[in-house]
Amino acid sequence: MDLNFSDQDLAFRDEVRTFIADHYPPGLKAKFDEGEELSKEDFLSWHKALAAKGWAGIAWPVEYGGTGWTSVQRYIFAEESARADAMRLLPFGLNMVGPVIYTFGTPEQKAKYLPRILSGDDWWCQGYSEPGAGSDLASLRTKAERFTGDDGKEYYRVNGQKTWTTLAQHADMIFALVRTDPAAKPQEGISFLLIDMTTPGITVRPIITLGGEHEVNEVWFEDVIVPVENRVFHENKGWTCAKFLLAHERTGIAGVAASKRGVERIKTIARAELDSFGDGAQPLLANPFFKRKVAELEIDLTALEFTELRTLAGESQGKGPGPESSLLKIKGTEIQQRITELALEAVGHYGAPYFRGFGEGDNEHPIGPDSAHRAAPTYFNVRKTSIYGGSNEIQRNIIAKMVLGL
Amino acid sequence: MDFNFTDEQTMLRESVSRYLADTYDFETRMKTVNGDAGWSPAVWKAFAEELGILGAAFAEDHGGLGGGAIENMIVMEEVGKALVIEPYLSTVVIGGGFLKRAGGGNADAVIPQIIAGQVVIAFAYAEPQGRYNLADLRTTARKDGDGYVVNGHKAVVRDAPFATHFIVTARTGGGQRDAGGVSVFLVPADTAGITRRDYPTVDGGRASEIYFENVRVDADQLLAAEGDGLPLVEAVVDEAVAAVCAEAAGVTRKLHEGTLDYSRQRKQFGRPIGEFQVLQHRMVDMFMEVEQAVSMTLMATLRLDEPDRAKHVSAAKNKIARGVRFVGQNAVQIHGGIGISNELAIGHYFKRATMIEGQFGDADYHLRRYESQMD
Repeated sequence: MDLNFSDQDLAFRDEVRTFIADHYPPGLKAKFDEGEELSKEDFLSWHKALAAKGWAGIAWPVEYGGTGWTSVQRYIFAEESARADAMRLLPFGLNMVGPVIYTFGTPEQKAKYLPRILSGDDWWCQGYSEPGAGSDLASLRTKAERFTGDDGKEYYRVNGQKTWTTLAQHADMIFALVRTDPAAKPQEGISFLLIDMTTPGITVRPIITLGGEHEVNEVWFEDVIVPVENRVFHENKGWTCAKFLLAHERTGIAGVAASKRGVERIKTIARAELDSFGDGAQPLLANPFFKRKVAELEIDLTALEFTELRTLAGESQGKGPGPESSLLKIKGTEIQQRITELALEAVGHYGAPYFRGFGEGDNEHPIGPDSAHRAAPTYFNVRKTSIYGGSNEIQRNIIAKMVLGL
Repeated sequence: MDFNFTDEQTMLRESVSRYLADTYDFETRMKTVNGDAGWSPAVWKAFAEELGILGAAFAEDHGGLGGGAIENMIVMEEVGKALVIEPYLSTVVIGGGFLKRAGGGNADAVIPQIIAGQVVIAFAYAEPQGRYNLADLRTTARKDGDGYVVNGHKAVVRDAPFATHFIVTARTGGGQRDAGGVSVFLVPADTAGITRRDYPTVDGGRASEIYFENVRVDADQLLAAEGDGLPLVEAVVDEAVAAVCAEAAGVTRKLHEGTLDYSRQRKQFGRPIGEFQVLQHRMVDMFMEVEQAVSMTLMATLRLDEPDRAKHVSAAKNKIARGVRFVGQNAVQIHGGIGISNELAIGHYFKRATMIEGQFGDADYHLRRYESQMD
């Protein structure tokens, strides 16, 4: 065992650091720092830069165009990205449907979709949750009825509604869980479909969340015709893909590197903010109550980091992400939420102004420090993390059942 | 010892509660929140004329009904339950709190106008550097002839965009954080030299940055003797904290009730999610926080006139700041995705709950203040 990076790892770190410094889109950084809503092009600008370098498929096998990086290299890449405040690439194509396709897909599906996921040519969204199927995902009711078309080919006719679909307003493709056998037990009648978002009968409606963002949507399907060859894996066996995907989603969800950066940002804010007590020259970070919370957060983050490193080491020895990843999801999201709590506490009064509501053009008087502008909306937004990807209550059920055998 | 409300107090609660239930539904509130004015003068007028509640906490000599902090507590709890954005806290609790204690000509002139709904007051005390320290003031009031000249920048002044008057803290002497040298003025909002930058707040209200540039005020606008204003400010802010605690009790009550209702209706795994023990216990914990919020509000309100008032008020605010966070976060968690949708009331209660945490000092601030006064 060795905690130190090898010379090759250090060289790799320098390469990553240099690449990010030279290629991270400056416009994206400015918008991200200002908390502005990002356009589709903003999201894709960094994706395309990484794709051009061959670094989009971070966790993908080399044979499908992935980096083939070791877990240490992936760790280094995440650290360097966070260090530069570079946004993480969206997970829907790269971390969710991509691994499902290269694990369960046909050769035709792999050839058709994987390169376009890597390049960013296809923007994917996730059609899992429904109004009546959240934590109980297997109760989903969007149905796909199979029929033979006039051209003699096989199709599904899809009807139903998905919800909480992140950034569906930009999506070219959606991967959706649909019910293909209404008579079977809930988990046994589900199929995994890849659906072109331009297909007639699909409607996307925005849901505005607490910080005023348009991030999630409802996606409605009305007689949407999908070729049978767009089904991944066997008919009625989509739950296998769904579970595989959720386990993959959970490992990425820990967000250790980004949380480390978040802790650094809190310290920066708390060095600039002054404590309410004392002679007025003392920074908030010297307030023993606040400092203690930051210290506890750092310690918990270290515990998460080393738990994730142990999990990654297991994965690199061929063990796929298992139910242990639920631990990473729970602890990772709790830490992300605590970071936003502390950030909001740290900015004091200036957490109250609603930045999105500020008048345009009147910049004579800036309102509060920049660090305060997104504190409350981010705090509100990050509440989603203990809900999505399987709520933290569901994750505890998984650990109880699958790990503890209860 | 007597924890019973008088008949008049019970009637006050019932009339406010009924009026808000009848007229102040979530959609109506959101129209006001998203409207140009950011508040409803018609609702304020109804508070004054139809309900007559703006005088509940004022002495009969000033045209009030002879009540005080308990009446404010009752109204603020209902304000919390309906997420009222109209400025009862700023105008009646804080503005009225200053004027009552100051007495004299300002009280005689302005309190009847508050009761009549003609005056709206905003409290301009916080400054960009000062955090929750009420004495940390860079705003100055320099003596000039018979009056003063005020210069400075006040931060996040709630309800300022529609206020007719500001109550302003400024230094007439002493160092930036000294207890001595703090003065308090009542200043008409249209006084020359005052500029504002208005904006919405994340919890549906409106606020302003206020800039004072050579603003002339007269000596008779002082609400306490020159340089001796801090004890008055502290007393009024403690009363405001008690009122915000009452609001929190109302907000958390609704968060809890809404969550219970939802858990009975929402079915997953073939049964209402309220049947799952892990959520039952969570909702029990929320319930206990709501009950303790009510208790601590009452404790602080009943002790506002005691010598160790500060300790009791900080105890209440610390307990309630932790409680609103727990109740708010878990209300959202149990609602799942729809808890973070802007289209339903639950998320707006959560946003207000979150802002209450920090208003007039967060949990840490009040814990530290409590500690400093512990035996």
